[in-house]
Amino acid sequence: MENEAGALSRVAGLFSARGYNIESLTVAPTEDSSLSRMTLVTRGTEEVIEQITKQLNKLVDVVRLMDMAEGPHIEREMMLIKVRASDGGREEVKRLADIFRGKIIDVTDTIYTVELTGTGDKLDAFVKAVNQTDIVEVVRSGVTGIARGEKALRV
Amino acid sequence: MELTGAEIFVRCLAEQGVDYVFGYPGGAVLPIYDALYQQDKVKHVLVRHEQAATHAADGYARATGRPGVVLVTSGPGATNAITGIATAYMDSIPMVAFTGQVPTALIGNDAFQEVDSVGITRPCVKHNFLVKDVRDLAVTIKKAFYIATTGRPGPVVVDIPKDVSTMKAEFHYPRRVSIRSYNPVTKGHPRQIKKAIDLMLAAKRPMLYTGGGVILANASRQLTDLTRLLGFPITNTLMGLGAYPATDKQFLGMLGMHGTYEANMAMHNCDVLIAIGARFDDRVTGNVEKFCPTATIIHVDIDPASISKNVKVDVPIVGPVDQVLKEMLAMLKESKAQPDTAALKAWWKQIEEWRGMDCLKYDHDSEVIKPQYVVETLYKVTKGKAFVTSDVGQHQMWAAQFYKFDKPNRWINSGGLGTMGFGFPAAMGVQFAHPDETVACITGEGSIQMCIQELSTCRQYSLPIKIINLNNRYLGMVRQWQEFFYQGRYAMSYMDSLPDFVKLAEAYGHVGMQITKPQDVEPALKEAMQMKDRLVFLDFLTDQTENVYPMVPAGAGQNEMILV
Repeated sequence: MENEAGALSRVAGLFSARGYNIESLTVAPTEDSSLSRMTLVTRGTEEVIEQITKQLNKLVDVVRLMDMAEGPHIEREMMLIKVRASDGGREEVKRLADIFRGKIIDVTDTIYTVELTGTGDKLDAFVKAVNQTDIVEVVRSGVTGIARGEKALRV
Repeated sequence: MELTGAEIFVRCLAEQGVDYVFGYPGGAVLPIYDALYQQDKVKHVLVRHEQAATHAADGYARATGRPGVVLVTSGPGATNAITGIATAYMDSIPMVAFTGQVPTALIGNDAFQEVDSVGITRPCVKHNFLVKDVRDLAVTIKKAFYIATTGRPGPVVVDIPKDVSTMKAEFHYPRRVSIRSYNPVTKGHPRQIKKAIDLMLAAKRPMLYTGGGVILANASRQLTDLTRLLGFPITNTLMGLGAYPATDKQFLGMLGMHGTYEANMAMHNCDVLIAIGARFDDRVTGNVEKFCPTATIIHVDIDPASISKNVKVDVPIVGPVDQVLKEMLAMLKESKAQPDTAALKAWWKQIEEWRGMDCLKYDHDSEVIKPQYVVETLYKVTKGKAFVTSDVGQHQMWAAQFYKFDKPNRWINSGGLGTMGFGFPAAMGVQFAHPDETVACITGEGSIQMCIQELSTCRQYSLPIKIINLNNRYLGMVRQWQEFFYQGRYAMSYMDSLPDFVKLAEAYGHVGMQITKPQDVEPALKEAMQMKDRLVFLDFLTDQTENVYPMVPAGAGQNEMILV
């Protein structure tokens, strides 16, 4: 999309005005500073997705649009999760982070903060695997995605 | 040479060929009004309420095909304009609305008369801009006109902070702009068009269903040529009336909730439906589950999002209606193929039977004035040549049913948003565009009071509009629904304490007449039309209980009409 003030609210406004649901949304400028790239996750029947695609394409600020789910693609989401880790629990959290290929990026005498990247499912699995009462805080970035191979979304 | 933003604004409008701006001054646009004052190329029309400015600009646009231009101040000026902007948006009318804004340094501070105009208009514009730097002003104005008038047209709002109109910049108005993310289609896909032609030629019971898109694309001639070449029956939507001559025998009248029996029955029973510049609105389709059950559907539209939105279509053609119709005509002429004449003959026989129901009949011997009779007589007296605007309600439907429009751009009403208060200010815009033509506003005593203050504007500019007030002392359409669906509990639909419209018109310096008997209808209309330089307010006291028929009740199929 055009990297302009208001572009994000046009997209968000379209979704709320037409009753579509936004599951997650990420947006940031690209290597071309006049453009920003948004990854938006939504759900709907084929007809609804087609209508969403058409309506988004009508927005003047939307430069190009691609439905990632139409082809092979990679989805990634990042999570920072703060877990209470003391005594025997410390080892347990460390081991879980290793299994999920996460990184412990901040340590205090009572808390480990784990950084984890993967699909939404993988992050969900990690959250489930941790002892629920030990979870202090979770923050997730929302999904970003890219098509596999030669296929690319560019202007 | 450097100019102020306000001077740049005025120069841009002049370059753009704008002759009228409809507006109302205020603090944030004072510099712009000062610049308008010092030139005479762009004329400004002072309305009495910003809503009227937008409707007037809208009426101007519908009657000419050129974009309507609005100028209002910040805050309440902008919010008052919203209804008119939304009206234009729903009917895809080209409009550029300029709103003043508080100085850039104050934006976000809850300054006096501040409102987030870009935010508040976002859901009802095609696009909008906030100009933060005077150096961007000219190119933004160019973009605004470009976006408003191309593709599927619509309103564009440009918000101009006060300091942007006082700061200076070099003036250069670009002759063209291109926007990388905005590229409306210019041509329909030839293979899809071919597919459509093949279907049309093989059809046994074809039906043409065309809408406002034909008028917006200025494609009335091509549509008429195609329809006559094929010999197919045709219906127009409320927005599409006039695109095909209503007096022609192939025309079945309007379709939809208050469409004719023959149009709705032909829709329901057709085997190939050709939808052109129409959007399958719920007032047209009725229950979509029951819509055209036996038809293969072809849909031509400039907006891909209109295709398969409400009803799944079989052959979509995305493209400008005029271009696609030209291509269709060329292909048909080249192939020399003929439609199935035997099947068509049988189809027409069936249609004539439906037409024989005479679904628009009403009591011609009534002691009280029938509203239908007023519209029919207006049609007769004006020889079908008037520009007719309407408000919203029963009178709007009777106008659509009984005034037979043979030409496009002459029937001006708020179809999508259904805005009461639209008709009268819209008539002002039409009259400015066509000063020598007869402009009639068919309205009701409910609607007319929503923008009645414009009687003052009409006085100031000597606009000789003829107001046809179908006064039944009820909010007629509300009353009709209450009679049909709410067991006659007429909640708030009675118009008590009405003003004396004759005196009211006179108080504003116009001519007022009240007509109470059927035999006085024609003489009164004739007399009013004679007064070529005066606004005449004709207050017709009509039958209080008359209903609009036929009617497809909500949730019913098109073939399930309530008849007289």
